[in-house]
Amino acid sequence: MSTTTGTRTLSYREAVREAMRDAMRADGRVFLMGEDVGRYGGGFGVSLGLLEEFGEERIRDTPLSESGFVGAGIGAALGGMRPIVEIMTVNFSLLALDQILNSAATLLHMSGGQFNVPVVIRMTTGGGRQLAAQHSHSLEAYYAHIPGLRVLAPATVADAYGMLAPALADPDPVVIFEHGSLYNAKGELAEPPNAVDLDSAAVRRAGSDVTLVTYGGCLDLCLDAANLLESQGVSVEVIDLRTLRPLDDETVMTSVSRTHRAVVVDEGWRSVGLSAEVAARIAEDCFYDLDAPVGRVATIEVPIPYPRHLEQAALPSADRVVSAVRKAVGIDG
Amino acid sequence: MTVSLLARYREMLRIRRFEERCAELYSAERIRGFVHLYIGEEAVAVGVIGELQPDDALVTTYRDHGHALARGIDMPAVMAEMYGCMEGVSHGRGGSMHLFSEPHRFYGGNAIVAGGLPLAVGLALADRMQGRSRVSACFFGEGAMAEGEFHESINLAALWHLPVLFVCENNLYAMGTALARSESETDLALKAAAYEVPAWACDGMDVDAVSDAAQRAVALVRGSGGPAFLEARTYRFRAHSMYDPDRYRDKGEIEHWRERDPLTIAGQRLVASGVASDDDLKDIDTEVIAEVDAAVAFAEMGTHEDVAELTRFVTSEGATA
Repeated sequence: MSTTTGTRTLSYREAVREAMRDAMRADGRVFLMGEDVGRYGGGFGVSLGLLEEFGEERIRDTPLSESGFVGAGIGAALGGMRPIVEIMTVNFSLLALDQILNSAATLLHMSGGQFNVPVVIRMTTGGGRQLAAQHSHSLEAYYAHIPGLRVLAPATVADAYGMLAPALADPDPVVIFEHGSLYNAKGELAEPPNAVDLDSAAVRRAGSDVTLVTYGGCLDLCLDAANLLESQGVSVEVIDLRTLRPLDDETVMTSVSRTHRAVVVDEGWRSVGLSAEVAARIAEDCFYDLDAPVGRVATIEVPIPYPRHLEQAALPSADRVVSAVRKAVGIDG
Repeated sequence: MTVSLLARYREMLRIRRFEERCAELYSAERIRGFVHLYIGEEAVAVGVIGELQPDDALVTTYRDHGHALARGIDMPAVMAEMYGCMEGVSHGRGGSMHLFSEPHRFYGGNAIVAGGLPLAVGLALADRMQGRSRVSACFFGEGAMAEGEFHESINLAALWHLPVLFVCENNLYAMGTALARSESETDLALKAAAYEVPAWACDGMDVDAVSDAAQRAVALVRGSGGPAFLEARTYRFRAHSMYDPDRYRDKGEIEHWRERDPLTIAGQRLVASGVASDDDLKDIDTEVIAEVDAAVAFAEMGTHEDVAELTRFVTSEGATA
């Protein structure tokens, strides 16, 4: 940990941009490629201004060829570069899932340890912006299912900045999910920034009655729910998983074995998702510590609809989290 | 051409005898899984790879034994891989379809059709960005040209002017589907040329013709720094894999192509030109068979990895993910 001399406030978008800028200044092997990352400045404006500093070779606009340019990023990593590949949204990443699963995650194993793939793949995830059913999903679980990948979901400005450098230092492929609703969020970044440990979940709020386990775009609504519940006399601990693969079981189990109750909050669909995985692990590891069944709040099983009221009803909300926690602690039946 | 015809004849024969033995060992259940034989297509790997430099990169397909041997990967290590042994070229983890060798810059047997093409583009991009003038060659069948990844990759290579040599091994069948039943345009070089990539076809059964075409293509890629496309018109004499009953091809068609066996063409040329006698060729065969015998003996002595090692090579050793 570096010694903090102060903090400054910036947006999540600026934090990702600064992390990329600093990485490219520090290492000539690092470059960014993806659709409209250059002249346009990135589909969500994340890379705005980087073209001017680093030029077209290192801020590389690609055609609309997700499988082609993600595969080219994997090949460039094999060839000694440290590519950051941006995919505009997680829904589009399915066009590159072949390369991510069958090449990036698999080459090291198939080659008996000869070829590692140090590529970083960033993409936007999540709903809440009325972008309907092909731009709004949370498919993190698809990637967290795959051995050979590390999967990150920074939820704060500090993590948005701090997770990129260790991701680039990882010898193996790393997928980073940035929730679209977070880009404008402001937060504090230490000066100089603190190093982030990619193996550990973070306890974002201490509490004693129930553990909320979440990540990414749901962290803020869990913190809102925790504040509301505090006023109702319920003390809530909030854990931000941060790394979705490999999961930090220890932080979760330590908390649950103390609070004896857990609710998992996940913007993915409920069936066969991250919330199912975390709940199963709690049941396996903490069954005799539990005073109530593990609760889950997830997205209702429908493609994300366009109208705001329907979209909001589909996504996890602070109200739904409050209800789930009240049920877990036995206030409501 | 860089390598003598006699040397290329021997290379083709090494692949042929190795694979004939693989078929026997498959029937004897020493080798399992999918095994895709290259028999009939040897001139393509030998002709093209003979024109590459040791620091050029190769990406290939699941039908990869020929490329691995032509690249100079040890035959015993390839056979041990077929046996799933630790002494195998991929530590036994890959098998027939996934031969890899870091010292040979051999980036694998990729069993997703066209899946290796973007990797070759990326390897070439890394060379470009790091100021190296190497060639990245990728081999694929004509079936791959129906995949989106072919089109995405050749477009990227052309757009970014990257030193990729695209080698299409057109054996006329994508598994059991004939070319005319899978491609609206059966002139494959014409399809590639639509991406502004220099493209032409050669006789894939004549190793001299392949070498000539490959020499020209490699020189163009190395000289210009941009891509080229080579279609080698060839034929596999065996079925698609050891699983395939080969019901979709006319026996007469197979016999017609067997008359153009690349070993026969090269052997007759060597004898006619006085470079080698029939006895010389028989001596080479005896030597090659002895080499295959030794490779099999090595594989038979191979060790199976301890099950305690099962989860190795999922992440790099030392990494924690």
